[in-house]
Amino acid sequence: MSTETPDTETSEVASPQTRRLKAKAARKAEREAASEGEIEGETVELKIFRYDPEIADKQEPRFDTFYVPRFEGMTVLDALMDARDRYDTTLTFRHSCRQAVCGSDALFVNGSQRLGCKTQIADLQEPVQIEPLPHRPVVKDLVVDMEHFYDQMRSVEPFFDPDDLPPADQQQHQTPENREKVKTSTRCIWCGACMSSCNIAAGDNQYLGPAAINKAYRFYFDEREGEQRQKERLEIIEQEHGVWRCQTQFSCTEVCPKDIPLTEHIQELKREAVKNNLKFW
Amino acid sequence: MYEHDVLVVGGGGAGLRAAIAAHEAGADVAIVSKLHPVRSHTGAAEGGINAALQAGDSWEDHAYDTMKGSDYLADAPAVETFAQTSPEEVIQLEHWGMPFSREEDGTVSQRPFGGLSFPRTTYAGAETGHHLLHTLYEQVVKRGIEVYQEWFVTRLAVTDEDDPAERTAHGIVAIDTKTGEVAGFKARNGVILATGGAGQAYDHTTNAVANTGDGISMAYRAGVPIEDMEMIQFHPTTLPSTGVLITEGVRGEGGRLFNRHGERFMFEYGYATNDGELASRDVVSRAELTEVNEGRGIEDEYVYLDMRHLGEERILDRLENIVHLAEDFEGVNALEQPMPVKPGQHYMMGGIETNENGETCIDGLYAAGECACVSLHGANRLGGNALPDLFVFGSRAGRHAAGEDLGEPMIQVGPDEDAERADVEWPVEPGEVEPTVSEPATDGGSADADAVVDDAVEAEREHIEDLLAREDGVKHMEIRKKVQQAMTQWVNVFREEEGIEKALEEIREARERYQDVYVADKSRTYNTDLQHTLETLAVLDVAESIAMGALARTEFRGAHWRAEHQERKDDEWIKHTMLSWNDGEPEMWYRPVLLKGKDTEYEPKERHY
Repeated sequence: MSTETPDTETSEVASPQTRRLKAKAARKAEREAASEGEIEGETVELKIFRYDPEIADKQEPRFDTFYVPRFEGMTVLDALMDARDRYDTTLTFRHSCRQAVCGSDALFVNGSQRLGCKTQIADLQEPVQIEPLPHRPVVKDLVVDMEHFYDQMRSVEPFFDPDDLPPADQQQHQTPENREKVKTSTRCIWCGACMSSCNIAAGDNQYLGPAAINKAYRFYFDEREGEQRQKERLEIIEQEHGVWRCQTQFSCTEVCPKDIPLTEHIQELKREAVKNNLKFW
Repeated sequence: MYEHDVLVVGGGGAGLRAAIAAHEAGADVAIVSKLHPVRSHTGAAEGGINAALQAGDSWEDHAYDTMKGSDYLADAPAVETFAQTSPEEVIQLEHWGMPFSREEDGTVSQRPFGGLSFPRTTYAGAETGHHLLHTLYEQVVKRGIEVYQEWFVTRLAVTDEDDPAERTAHGIVAIDTKTGEVAGFKARNGVILATGGAGQAYDHTTNAVANTGDGISMAYRAGVPIEDMEMIQFHPTTLPSTGVLITEGVRGEGGRLFNRHGERFMFEYGYATNDGELASRDVVSRAELTEVNEGRGIEDEYVYLDMRHLGEERILDRLENIVHLAEDFEGVNALEQPMPVKPGQHYMMGGIETNENGETCIDGLYAAGECACVSLHGANRLGGNALPDLFVFGSRAGRHAAGEDLGEPMIQVGPDEDAERADVEWPVEPGEVEPTVSEPATDGGSADADAVVDDAVEAEREHIEDLLAREDGVKHMEIRKKVQQAMTQWVNVFREEEGIEKALEEIREARERYQDVYVADKSRTYNTDLQHTLETLAVLDVAESIAMGALARTEFRGAHWRAEHQERKDDEWIKHTMLSWNDGEPEMWYRPVLLKGKDTEYEPKERHY
């Protein structure tokens, strides 16, 4: 039985994953079409979550409203930086690269997880409501504690660890097909959007979560590692709080800023686990 | 007080590689970084990693290309060490699981890049830096190396002998961003600075917001000379609205540059009649701006980079990330339209002076990666030479700090009494507004290591208390923005004496205003207002040193172009611009370039591409 995503143009059956990604693109196109006709105001209204455990009037979480001048191509991160630099330098959020690769600025914008730097203001309903990622302890304003996310990543032994290596002056070989197989899984930027969107992770603190399972996928299917290591990896992802917890709600896939087919990766590992268990019957 | 054998400041490519190397050499090593390591800007590198791997290529050719690319301002021993070691480091990365792009036979692919005589750039799609950063971090996790993430290092704990070359580094002071705790870290063997570049000295840059040059400023103020700071690389293809980088790989794969008349100007106007779009970066950046200045640009601002003829399949195979970047950050579908591009600040060739082992003149203080200047890149870095720099010299610094013997270095470091002094009339006094003539002595430098660290912690705590106690003043961003704009206007691709002087005046004014800087956020918890305020001082130090170097160097070499001096002056200027802080009164001097490597003398030739 083939489990691969059909990749020929003549194929009529798209995988659920492909359909989701297509639907995601269609919704984006719809939003853009809707916003095109609008007469743009001069300012954008932002409602931003505020909290600081140390400052008396911020100990009770609240929303502050900011109006910042609009410009073409403005992103949520641009708007946040302008609000901070113009009005309130205490406004706190993580950000660094501004180009969707450092993964610092995953936020909860108008009710969904997005990267601030990659989200156009023009695509959003106003006022734009910006909150910290749900299901994470808030440190201050839009900054959340990421430790639990990092713990889950570490728990899948997220490092290349082959059974054998060639001599120090020779490279291992990997087929372009195998590289292609793991390609999307290697794009994860550890932003935590998927984990924050996942209902199962919200209810089960020990669930590995989509990002960590995707990381396991990245190494499980890398042909350079070898069978012994592959077996060990399967044990990790098959554990009680591993792949079987996923209920294929696709929320992680929906929010992933790198369009990694996370749910599909989790399903594929489930199939690997079944195959492996059948072997011993 | 925290204590380790080796402390690495910064968690990007150079820092991670240094930490792994020190760990493998048996040291107890820790990384202290203001970001979680995977947030580091190494992750934004796109194009690739140069290494002579194939039959028909050689490290000697790689060294030759690098010397030529540097416009003969690189030191040959550094270049040779680099070109010789890069292949084994690339294989090492492959053994650590780096997902390189592959050939049909399963070997690592290599593509052409600007200024190279052989297609020796290995890559992983157009996301090479992302994969490099994650691969290295994974190996750090594997080894259980301790990482103090979101700890912002603000000060070095160094003894205070008069002669910087007699000083010793014993540790660092850092702020735990999450709690505001100011703590000391003692290093038994060494401190390695790997804090990256300082693109934030400019307002149109490919660099991250975090690239503020903290390490350069700390080393400079501790007495280490900084070298060739005027040598700033402007990448020819950045998106006009954000400065987001479009990899040279686009041109490496065959992408073309056009002006508004649809002319391939690199050829048509004779900027590079052989290599065209694949000339060295400095050449292409000047060509683009010349087109714009002569009215052949689009919207008087940019030119077009077109890759449509490569076909969708090849683009998606090798450059997919570029399609996403153009779409997300410029709203352009690069499969159907040409991309608007213009030059943007990208890289600093200069930095903290080190030798081939990563050592500075201060005992126990090292630097590696973009913040360091060994000097490998001279006046112009070749595309694909930055990433191997990170792991070749990151690894050497890590091993040396852990106590490994790497042999006698050929490159000299530290102040030199007999050196030629610069004779430049500065338009304004550079350096500290009120120089602190004598710092409180730590027993004439004989104090033990713990006392040196404790004193540094105490000084930093007082400094922060003082900043937070201020009730009003100037916001750091007002200061920083003006300097960034001045640098982009006057110390850019094209430089004129008058403009550089204006920039120095702006920087002076900024230093004066910084005396009254004010931190509005009084909370200890995750105080980014405080962090950005402290970073702004580093931005001022870096901007000033760039402008000083630019004013002093009265010639045209590599990335440094001067309106009044249109030629490379080899008789006078094959020398490094050195700048010493001198307790707040900067002094400029020169050190000759080493054109002779182990066996080869690299004769300066005219650069044609």
